[in-house]
Amino acid sequence: MSDTDLQDQAIQVDTEKGNFKYPENYEFDAGVGLTEDTIKYISDVKDDPDWVREFRLKALEVFQKKPMPTKWADKDLENIDFDKIRYYLSKGQQPARSWDDVPDDVKETFERLGIPEQERKFLAGVEAQFDSEASYSRMKEDLEKEGVIFVGSSEGLAKYPEIFKPYFGKVIPTADNKFSALNSAAFSGGSFIYVPKGVKLKQPLQAYFRINAENFGQFERTLIIADEDSEITYMEGCTAPKFETATLHSAVVELVALKNAKIQYITVQNWSSNVFNLVTKRGMADEGAEVKWIDCNIGSRLTMKYPGVVLKGKGARGEVLSIALANDGQHQDTGAKMMHLADNTTSNIISKSISIGKGRSTYRGQVHMPKHLKNCKNNTECDALLINTNSRTDTYPAITTRGQNNTVQHEASVSKVSAEQIFYMMQRGLSEGEAMSLAVNGFVNELMKAFPMEYSVELKRLIDMEMEGSVG
Amino acid sequence: MNHSLEVKNLHVSIDGQAILKGFNLTVPKGEVHALMGPNGTGKSTLAKVMAGHEDYTVESGEVLLDGVNILGQEPDEISHAGLFLAFQYPMEIPGVSIANFIRAAKQARLPEGEEINAIEYYKDLYAKMDALKMDRKFTARSLNEGFSGGEKKRCEILQMAMLDPKYCVMDETDSGLDIDALRIVSEGVNHMRSEDRAFLVITHYQRLLDYIVPDVVHVMFDGRIVHSGDKELAKELEIKGYDWVKEAFATASA
Ligand SMILES: Nc1ncnc2c1ncn2[C@@H]1O[C@H](COP(=O)(O)OP(=O)(O)OP(=O)(O)O)[C@@H](O)[C@H]1O
Ligand SMILES: [Mg+2]
Repeated sequence: MSDTDLQDQAIQVDTEKGNFKYPENYEFDAGVGLTEDTIKYISDVKDDPDWVREFRLKALEVFQKKPMPTKWADKDLENIDFDKIRYYLSKGQQPARSWDDVPDDVKETFERLGIPEQERKFLAGVEAQFDSEASYSRMKEDLEKEGVIFVGSSEGLAKYPEIFKPYFGKVIPTADNKFSALNSAAFSGGSFIYVPKGVKLKQPLQAYFRINAENFGQFERTLIIADEDSEITYMEGCTAPKFETATLHSAVVELVALKNAKIQYITVQNWSSNVFNLVTKRGMADEGAEVKWIDCNIGSRLTMKYPGVVLKGKGARGEVLSIALANDGQHQDTGAKMMHLADNTTSNIISKSISIGKGRSTYRGQVHMPKHLKNCKNNTECDALLINTNSRTDTYPAITTRGQNNTVQHEASVSKVSAEQIFYMMQRGLSEGEAMSLAVNGFVNELMKAFPMEYSVELKRLIDMEMEGSVG
Repeated sequence: MNHSLEVKNLHVSIDGQAILKGFNLTVPKGEVHALMGPNGTGKSTLAKVMAGHEDYTVESGEVLLDGVNILGQEPDEISHAGLFLAFQYPMEIPGVSIANFIRAAKQARLPEGEEINAIEYYKDLYAKMDALKMDRKFTARSLNEGFSGGEKKRCEILQMAMLDPKYCVMDETDSGLDIDALRIVSEGVNHMRSEDRAFLVITHYQRLLDYIVPDVVHVMFDGRIVHSGDKELAKELEIKGYDWVKEAFATASA
């Protein structure tokens, strides 16, 4: 298909960068609803090995038996109709290694989102997923020579079972929660990464998740293993067009940092406001290792996500730095979990939430530090910013610390951007949107200094857009 | 074109309570007018209404900048039209540095697509900070957050100098300033005095007017100007207080 053909088709463009879609045209479609047959269809299409077929079917059973979460939950979850969702849609299973080989509509999608440009500028590798499968996946050649593996989850389990299998589903067991079970049954796409001993990636690897289809569920599955003394930064971004109907995104991300390894995982979540984003993310840190989650949630209708770190080895470090922005009609239910399982482990949680209009944000934390451990430290800070009186924010920190040699610090604050502050800024010539944007940027400024540059620039841009849009 | 700030028969209330009751004033460009008067007579209210604060209800009247009525415009539009208000109580904006804030305010005045020249900007900013004897380290501090009273006032004047307004309304800029700061800030203001700029200086004390010598002094009472005179009037008030104005006013309105 040529470029002009594409333009002739009805492409729905909106002012928001991610809000456009191309006509649906899929070779593989598992249909609507979730049954054993759906899962079997996915396995057939993917040509899964037997152990994966069994893994999926068992997970389906768990999913069907498990009730919806009740303790950490939002009433809005009840509005997900699992029978109306499509669980697998793809144009084929093999990602292209060159953008030239990517189907035109998909390629244009990612070009509009700026992915090939970012790849040229500062990335060591990119995987671009379109609905259920990656359309493009490529890593710089020198990294391949060093033994770095960066492929999709299906390719990972097929080609590298000896590394994949021992860790898959170990950090986050199928039955962890209803949505991890759903993902374990229907997973498709996502990344498998292995960084060999001592290899330190200087540039980040990036995955971009794009939902194009309506009534669709995306269930990517990512497993990153950083071998001893290695280092990696992984970034993920996502968008979807805005539909009237609900879209489901339910990922599982498992990180394994072996002795003295460092993993930094960065998310810019910018789903459209009809997406239920229910994601389970957890890392395991061995002796002297470090797992850092930088998690920013700007989009979606409801996000429930609490990245965690299991501090398994002595001296392991875990960190969650998060920013959540809840605008009208959104609920950002986010937080962090830190499980201290060894001596001298430290964890740090900094959470900043912004609620605007009728937007709602919730922080839920869990810090677990058993009695028999020595010299463990946790620092938790959660700050909420309210812009106008209707917004709602809740903080539920659950810190269970025992033992005399362990220390925990917890601080929380709620502040408001007052009408007088906005007036003051507008008196200097800023529009209302610019004034709110500046106040929000001021609120997250300190925290953003800890983020990589390219990433803070993108985040600032998203916040500005969001604030401009929130002025009635 | 009419080169002045003009307030015509302005009536303003808040929550049904009248505060400005037929306020009239004309400050032509090139002049400095002082506005004095007892606490609670409506000086700050006047300043905020002129700047477009939405809490106040304008019952009637006009505020004209160069002949154009600005009442009903958004605060940012009024700012772009050339009115600057140095606040009696400047707001704190956590996390936003002075440098970034002023830069954003200047950027907001540029046409779409035009970017501020960062090098020129910092040169200008530092020169004006030096003139106001502000430590350059201040540029990195959050706007007004944790500033002393005097530091806040100095920062207001820095913003005023940077934004180059045509009409400057200064609401009790002198309160909170120590003796040296009063002189320095006044010098900054005097430096800005020019043929195409006008000042309305709200103050309670003669000492500011020793430095910023006004062309006209107005006395406000109960929501309107009841007496105007030259700079000697401020000195008279300093000695006699407001009672005689109140008495004269009471007799006049009886
Ligand atoms: N937002 C408001 N809500 C209720 N009353 C207000 C409000 N703003 C001003 N007022 C009242 O209006 C009157 C005038 O207040 P204003 O601040 O204008 O006085 P002022 O002349 O500036 O006094 P000062 O010399 O003490 O600064 C006061 O009685 C004040 O309480
Ligand atoms: Mg006042």
